[in-house]
Amino acid sequence: MTYLAKPKLHHPDLPKNKLGFTRRDYEGTVSTLCAGCGHDSITGAIIQACFEMDIAPHRVAKLSGIGCSSKTPTYFLGQSHGFNTVHGRMPSVLTGANAANRDLIYLGVSGDGDSASIGLGQFAHVMRRGVNMTYIVENNGVYGLTKGQFSATADRGSKSKRGALNADESIDLVLMALQLGATYVARSFSGDKAQLVPLIKGALMHPGAAFLDVISPCVAFNNHDGSTKSYDYVREHNEAVNAMDVIPIRSEITTNYEPGTVQEIRQHDGSMIRLRKLEPSYDASNRLRAMNFVQERYALGEIATGLLYVASAPRDLHDSLNTVATPLNELNERELCPGNAALEKFNQGLR
Amino acid sequence: MKRIESVNDFVIKFANVNGSGSASANTLFAKSIMRMGVPISPRNIFPSNIQGLPTWYEVRVSEQGWLGRRGGCDLMVAMNPQTWEPDVAEIEPGGYLFYDSTRPMPASRFRDDIHVIGMPLTEITNAAYSDPRQRQLFKNIIYVGALSALLEIDVPEIEKLIAEQYKGKEKLLEPNIKALHMGRDYALAHLPCPLGIRVRRGDRVGKKVFLEGNSAVALGCVYGGATFAAWYPITPSSSVAEAFAKHCRKFRVDPGTTKNRFAIVQAEDELASIGMVIGAAWNGARAFTCTSGPGISLMSEFIGLAYFAEIPAVIINVQRAGPSTGMPTRTQQADVLACAYASHGDTKHVLLFPEDPKECFEHAAVSFDLADRLQTPVFVLLDLDIGMNERLCEPLQWDDKRHYDRGKVRSYQDLEAGARFGRYLDVDGDGITYRTYPGTHPKRGAFFTRGTSRDRYARYTEDGKAYVDNMQRLLRKFETAKDLVPKPEHIDARKPSRFGVIFYGSTGPAMREALVELEAAAIDIDALRIRAFPFHEEVLEWANRHEHVFVVEQNRDAQLRTLLVAEGQLDPSKLTPVLHYDGTPITARFIQGEIAQRLGAFNVTPLKKTAASGGGGE
Repeated sequence: MTYLAKPKLHHPDLPKNKLGFTRRDYEGTVSTLCAGCGHDSITGAIIQACFEMDIAPHRVAKLSGIGCSSKTPTYFLGQSHGFNTVHGRMPSVLTGANAANRDLIYLGVSGDGDSASIGLGQFAHVMRRGVNMTYIVENNGVYGLTKGQFSATADRGSKSKRGALNADESIDLVLMALQLGATYVARSFSGDKAQLVPLIKGALMHPGAAFLDVISPCVAFNNHDGSTKSYDYVREHNEAVNAMDVIPIRSEITTNYEPGTVQEIRQHDGSMIRLRKLEPSYDASNRLRAMNFVQERYALGEIATGLLYVASAPRDLHDSLNTVATPLNELNERELCPGNAALEKFNQGLR
Repeated sequence: MKRIESVNDFVIKFANVNGSGSASANTLFAKSIMRMGVPISPRNIFPSNIQGLPTWYEVRVSEQGWLGRRGGCDLMVAMNPQTWEPDVAEIEPGGYLFYDSTRPMPASRFRDDIHVIGMPLTEITNAAYSDPRQRQLFKNIIYVGALSALLEIDVPEIEKLIAEQYKGKEKLLEPNIKALHMGRDYALAHLPCPLGIRVRRGDRVGKKVFLEGNSAVALGCVYGGATFAAWYPITPSSSVAEAFAKHCRKFRVDPGTTKNRFAIVQAEDELASIGMVIGAAWNGARAFTCTSGPGISLMSEFIGLAYFAEIPAVIINVQRAGPSTGMPTRTQQADVLACAYASHGDTKHVLLFPEDPKECFEHAAVSFDLADRLQTPVFVLLDLDIGMNERLCEPLQWDDKRHYDRGKVRSYQDLEAGARFGRYLDVDGDGITYRTYPGTHPKRGAFFTRGTSRDRYARYTEDGKAYVDNMQRLLRKFETAKDLVPKPEHIDARKPSRFGVIFYGSTGPAMREALVELEAAAIDIDALRIRAFPFHEEVLEWANRHEHVFVVEQNRDAQLRTLLVAEGQLDPSKLTPVLHYDGTPITARFIQGEIAQRLGAFNVTPLKKTAASGGGGE
């Protein structure tokens, strides 16, 4: 329970960003998750990313489904509107919210049960529609709030805390997102903040459907030997393809890199994503290659992480719907109601 | 042999095969009578199928303007061999059968108490056209031409309608006119024109307009300011979304940029539809979905969330009969309880019951004000009968002085001026609290939306006292709703009566006709048309004033009666259900028969022996 309010007084010397906010201004209430939960690290990474990007907290709408991961939006961006929706259905609520006001930043937080089981359908369709959002799955392969049942992302053959073996094939949400048309797809690990924070920043800047699968160990129910979502297992099998820098619009590029070690992908808004290659042959602008690579590594028992795919000119839902630039929720009666004269004309045609 | 003789008062029914292009010819026929100033009410009776199954189009012609289904049939246009027997059997004694006589029929397949008019339609069409598609389409126009002669319909009216239909496609105009006259000329030369039933020019249509409830409800959504719609195809509501798209293309495209001032998403299912609507409404846009019974079942979890989290949402439910493999193309009022109490926990919702397309338009527009004012889901309950059939009604009107009621929303200025903000704090004592849209103010007014695990300031809590406090406030809000929803309509008998009848929605036209018939049979009974739930105070006062009340509904379980007993604390023994639920629209004959018969049990005198007391008539 969130009975513990955080102290409102901040240290006077805390660094401030361009908006005059400290990192603390991006926090929410105290987390009520288990000590050591991977999700809290992700919360920390979201806070850091938003602080460093000078995002006005109230311009972010944070939405979630149901489950441990879906509780986390309370723990960051306390000045943002949040919506804890129903199990597996956050994507539809986010889609409607985005349709109503295209000017806000939409952050959807979900879990593997929420997105890969009950919400698989909505997960698929929100990607297909290219809703402009950052969709983070905090993936621990297990149902935490209901105490340790396997989820649909648990690998076949992995062992539950009570010793049961998972007989079902796992769902890889990264592959699904790639196939379904997400235009920014990344995987990371809650234990690797250096990798995670830039990936979140890139996703927040991306003007289309951005998906992040963040493996986030559950210390209470899925951190034992035989689990493929434990801290130890992920550290051992993590195969990062690249490390990422996000370069804001019109920043001067000064550093020089050796040829072939860096891939730069210009974004639609003029900003730049720079990837320092760790896997020399990897091309993050090639969707088919990304799908193959992820599966090849999976067959070897490795988890490919990093920015796996980004499209430089994504289309989003509003492009498809051809909506006006003004957010729909700001249109006034004059713009919406055709009035009685038009109705009389309409009547004429019905006689 | 008896011959039905009637001017401007008869029922004609077309028995067709679906997918044969008969619909537009039949509409042409019906509209030509309307253009002669004689009221009509056509109904499609169609299967859940695209091609090959039987479909009927029934047109009631009524000088007095009765728009309910009458029951029975005076002239059957039997174009479907599959349904020949029941079609022939349905004709009233002394009525007429019009059929395609190309293939000879044995006498045993006719009746000796009806007038049979054979016309070799296939032979005529095959002689004139060689293309199979043309043969099929023009056959329909040829029978319209023959009927114009048999019923004395003004040909220029039909020609004008064809010209309007093919405006811009003049190449198609001429062949249609030719086919029309081919049929008409044959009938004038060979058939007994005119029949005992016929049309005479009248002046009973006036300024009335002719449209489908679904189109009207969609236009109401445009006028009511909806900018977002999400839906999943389901009969009989799909045409609401399609009409909304059409109206929006006409009225809501920014002339400068050609960009849309609306967004419509065809969702992956009903769960996503209502989820999107809730997301859009949470974010301050007026949003709706349209669906039918099974869709409501699927939406139930989200409807609960919207109720508890207090998010406006408009749900248009075009009711049909039963489940997915029920009778999706037949009409009923059987979702009243499912909507009134949709979802888990203690929930109650606002329902509106439009009677005709005009009210579909009005209720749809007002539903957005109600949803915003009450911050809760609002259901507009129409049904297939008014939704998918064109119906004559008064012209649609809009008061240009009217303003949208966006309800209690704190703006940037309010928050900046220091307005106290608690999302679930009942400042005004009416149970309705203030909300903010996301992104309003950098430092004030943000809150976290959840179901019920929160206090008046939207802070997380699982405290029982906070839960009860919130649930009590929701009840106060529901009380407030009673005065905001449309009031009931009173139709008083000539003399004060101890008997009353309650009806709602698409039962209206049949009920109004039944009341006139009952009055003619010297039965005085007051009527009350309920237009919304929760019930306005007037409803209960009225019911309490009457010793005995009939409740006429198109469902099996007397669902509105259940609400009257449960929510109005009315004595069930004084509420007699009158129920019609076979999937066909209720008729005046049925209502009148049921009421007359039951009043007989109350020893009401005088009860004249009239055709009225003859029972269902179907």
